[in-house]
Amino acid sequence: MTLGRYIVRKAGWYLVALVAAVSLNFLLPRLVPGNPVDVIVSNLARGGSITGEQQKQIYEGFVAEFGLDAPLWQQFLTYLGKVFTGDLGTSFANYPASVNDLVGQALPWSVAVQLPAVLIGWIVGNLVGAIAAFRGGNWDRSVFTSALFLSAMPYYCLSILLLYGLAVVAGIFPVGGAYSLGLTPEFSVEFLWDAVSYYWLPFLSLVVVFIGGQAVGMRSMAIYELGGDYVNYARAMGIRDNKITQYIFRNAMLPQITGLALAIGTLVGGALITELVFSYPGVGTLLFNAITQNDYPVIQAITLIITVAVLVANFLVEIAYGIIDPRIRAASAGEK
Amino acid sequence: MSTPNAPVTDEKAAPRSNPFRSFNFSGRFWISLMLIVGVIALGLAGYLYPTSPGEKVGSLYDPPGAGLLLGTDNFGHDVLAVLMAGTRTSLIIGLVAGIVATSIGVVIGLLAGYVGGWFEELLMGATNVVLAIPSIIVLILISISLPQSTIWSLAIVIGITSWPWTARAVRAQASSVATREHVDVARLSGARLPGILLRDVLPYILSYTVMAFVLQVSGAILAEAALSMLGLGPSGANSLGIQLHWALAFQAVGGGAWWAFLPPTIILTLVSFGFLLLQSSLDEVFNPRLRRGKRKQMKQAAARRAEEARLLAEQAFPADAEPTRAGDPA
Repeated sequence: MTLGRYIVRKAGWYLVALVAAVSLNFLLPRLVPGNPVDVIVSNLARGGSITGEQQKQIYEGFVAEFGLDAPLWQQFLTYLGKVFTGDLGTSFANYPASVNDLVGQALPWSVAVQLPAVLIGWIVGNLVGAIAAFRGGNWDRSVFTSALFLSAMPYYCLSILLLYGLAVVAGIFPVGGAYSLGLTPEFSVEFLWDAVSYYWLPFLSLVVVFIGGQAVGMRSMAIYELGGDYVNYARAMGIRDNKITQYIFRNAMLPQITGLALAIGTLVGGALITELVFSYPGVGTLLFNAITQNDYPVIQAITLIITVAVLVANFLVEIAYGIIDPRIRAASAGEK
Repeated sequence: MSTPNAPVTDEKAAPRSNPFRSFNFSGRFWISLMLIVGVIALGLAGYLYPTSPGEKVGSLYDPPGAGLLLGTDNFGHDVLAVLMAGTRTSLIIGLVAGIVATSIGVVIGLLAGYVGGWFEELLMGATNVVLAIPSIIVLILISISLPQSTIWSLAIVIGITSWPWTARAVRAQASSVATREHVDVARLSGARLPGILLRDVLPYILSYTVMAFVLQVSGAILAEAALSMLGLGPSGANSLGIQLHWALAFQAVGGGAWWAFLPPTIILTLVSFGFLLLQSSLDEVFNPRLRRGKRKQMKQAAARRAEEARLLAEQAFPADAEPTRAGDPA
């Protein structure tokens, strides 16, 4: 009952966020002074690779596709209709290719790196942080300082260092890309084995930084809980340390779950550039190429997909939070 | 109305008699200060350095040596000169964006926390909506829409996309301060809303605001670097991100030209680490509960308390008169 209300309320807020995000995605590129198509087509023409005929074709195609002569609200409705039917438009840079295809090729690589990095990083980070808080002393100090250092490190800085140290200098891992030249992506043992050797570096640079951030958060939460009144009370009641540790862990865990929601957003942003560093053929590299080529439909599709993915992830985290924390259910049923 | 918990909160925020002695700056604080001052000095040293960052002094990726401490980059520019100029730009962007973000965040947070009611719901709802959308995405969208970006426009754009979590943190603090008695007194004596917020609420959360500002500055520096690496950096300027962007574009990493990409990478890491360390050491100064490394003292205190409790128990049981002081004299 109450949990249902909590979910409905959260779903409402996330729906608002989704609408805001989609509107921003639609509106911002349209704030370019003049007609965005003019800018794009003139940019394409400046490159010289496009003939007048093609230019005209692209221009008309784009104007018709987005109905740029229609009023803004009508354009917005058209855009919404296209997005919700899963049509992301046509790429400019690779003209006849549909954005759906381009993104569809890139997305699996990004998901394969980021999803395990988030899950493993979260679990390991929380364990390390909790142990540091409980053990205290030198252990705590060294873990805390190194975790703080790692969490402060931007994802791409670690990527660059790992790429240079482990791939270029030491030669343990291949330099850049996602699989060896001459192979085509397929589900065969040979290909997967090859891809795994390319997979390690991007994965490591994401997961190590993520572990650092989570460990720092968990440590301070656990220390905060250690000083709580209920801990003193439990000690005074003669409850064993193991039992108290369990209580502390559960309570310190809760803010970490909300923290996860925010961390996912940061990780996804950082992963864009990590992919760029390793020339990993994911969404980040696609975005980079789209930006250099002024490929607006691809840019907008990627920003939209990332936003939706992050919002969905955050929503799931909030639901999990509501299920795990009984106070949330009680509180949202009450006044606040 | 807030009398029951007022003494507790007052105790926590009570001004100390000798702030500097009880501030207890840790080694961590001094390390972070050294890092930050070092990076600022590097940025300022660019003014004294003879070579300008736009001057061509060699060819593609000349290795260090022959008067060039860090060799040349892909354009044949002196890497050290570019690094100094880039550090300065990044620091300026961080500072401006930090000021913008913290100002917006504090204003919204204070208003929401102090005014409360539907106003708070509305502001915090909006904040949470903005917070849920990854700021790098909004930054990318705004940057591709701006026809020309300078370091100032970039700084302001970063500032207006990164205020939400400051607002959320400030709101939580402000709403607890707003229930204190001195705020009631100020209101009864006819102080206006801006006056109350500025004089009676803000000072209590200033430590918090300073910490938020420190994080905003480092966040903005990293955001600029991320955008520049994606190719959306300020045009016609040097920044750490732009330096990395060119290094990646011209295969410095694969080609082993470490002098072109390691310096900006290291500076970015040091800036980010330095600011985070500063924030966390300030956190320990302002929040005694986080202070650690004195476990021995805590254990001693616990042992002492246990001893006292044992003595008390020994006294109480033979005497048998103490437990019944329900009337609470005086």
